[in-house]
Amino acid sequence: MSFDWEFALQILPDLLEAFVRITLLVTVVGSLTAAVLGLVWAIGLRSLPAWVGRPLSFVLDFIRMTPLPIQLLFVYYTFNNLSALSVGIIVIGVHYSTYMAESYRAGIESIRKGQWEAATALSLPPHRTWRAVILPQALRATLPSLGNWAIAMFKDTPFLIVIAVPELVTEAKEIGGRTFSYVEPFTLAGLIFLVASYPTAVLMRKLENRLAY
Amino acid sequence: MIRFEDVVKKFGDTTVLEGLSFAVERGERVTLIGPSGSGKTTILRLLMTLEHLTDGFIYVDGDPLTHELRGGKRVERRPKDVTRIRRRIGMVFQQFNLFPNMTVIDNITEAPVHVLGQSREEARQRAHALLDQVGLKHRAGAHPMELSGGQQQRVAIARALAMDPEVLLLDEVTSALDPELVNDVLEVLREVARTTDITMLIVTHEMQFARDVSNRVLMFDHGHILEEAAPDVMFTSPEHERTRQFLQAIL
Ligand SMILES: Nc1ncnc2c1ncn2[C@@H]1O[C@H](COP(=O)(O)OP(=O)(O)OP(=O)(O)O)[C@@H](O)[C@H]1O
Ligand SMILES: [Mg+2]
Repeated sequence: MSFDWEFALQILPDLLEAFVRITLLVTVVGSLTAAVLGLVWAIGLRSLPAWVGRPLSFVLDFIRMTPLPIQLLFVYYTFNNLSALSVGIIVIGVHYSTYMAESYRAGIESIRKGQWEAATALSLPPHRTWRAVILPQALRATLPSLGNWAIAMFKDTPFLIVIAVPELVTEAKEIGGRTFSYVEPFTLAGLIFLVASYPTAVLMRKLENRLAY
Repeated sequence: MIRFEDVVKKFGDTTVLEGLSFAVERGERVTLIGPSGSGKTTILRLLMTLEHLTDGFIYVDGDPLTHELRGGKRVERRPKDVTRIRRRIGMVFQQFNLFPNMTVIDNITEAPVHVLGQSREEARQRAHALLDQVGLKHRAGAHPMELSGGQQQRVAIARALAMDPEVLLLDEVTSALDPELVNDVLEVLREVARTTDITMLIVTHEMQFARDVSNRVLMFDHGHILEEAAPDVMFTSPEHERTRQFLQAIL
């Protein structure tokens, strides 16, 4: 079994296109969705009365503890008016929001009680306490872990193959099926993931520093 | 100005205050002393609504703070009412509790802008005047972590004063400080006492300071007022042996 460089070079543009148009799109939009929803869950769990908080917490645990491919298939076949790509983005975003919610929660819990008490003593309304006092401090503690979840999500995008979203690995498999050469497309796919993960990590580090005070 | 009526505070099974009643007049400076665990901090925290009142009532200028009698029943007040009354009270904490993510000036202007609705400019001007008053005019742009404990506490005092409180609660505000930083903070508070008519409830072990600023000293023991007197009387000839022992131990 030898590696055909010429063939590899020939299929690279198709793979890159699938990567940029689908994998990156799903990762970026999915991460943003997860980051926003995760924050909503975390604040909700802390501020909502128990009769809403308990069920919410149960649903989040449920989503976190069932496999992503099953959720993809379930939503895809339940809502068959949605395109596979939107199902992919929504499901992966919601799935990872449950992990991110845990990270936010840990960050929020790391804030000393005195900060909440000072906010109360100044009569700050809840939205200011969150926005001006708690979140800026909590996010500093949370950001590295959010970045790790985003990278984990990135590496989970190949699961979209189960609902036939043409992301990078689906495309690689298709090229393999067409040409009966699997080594080159899958090797390239793996390399693309590797090469893309690294700048993402660097970007996260930069963002982290921006938030420092 | 402040009235506690049959106040009960329990933490789980431990009863810290059991039917405590006392009043503080407008403009009065009252120092609370007493052995550790006698309930001094709890009293201030109840007033600041940082603890839940188990039973009884607290009045601020005749207005019930957290609970009121309605139709002969004791009920919780609406959060909106609690907030309105709480706004008249300010507190300085032992651990300063400045917001580390904000500069000194933002720490001071945050509440005046977002609670009192002052314009940013108005709030900044006032904040600069207050910083000048506490001797930190040049540190407006610093972050709390760049300041010494004594400086942080002076910022915290400015932050509380920026809300124009009618009542100021001071809970051992110098006990987390290195000894050489204590005097600057106390000097600032003496100045506040001299130049304003803010009602003050003070918990402190600094007896000279208590003597200088307070009109009345309450000696607490196990959540009860053991005795009360003017500071010179309390510190020179207390009535109770227990007070004598306590004062001897801390002096
Ligand atoms: N959150 C809490 N949970 C349980 N018990 C508490 C809590 N806060 C205070 N207590 C108890 O209440 C009692 C009174 O405490 P408080 O802090 O009011 O005393 P203090 O007079 O301020 O003492 P110190 O001089 O040590 O500051 C103590 O027995 C303390 O253990
Ligand atoms: Mg105390």
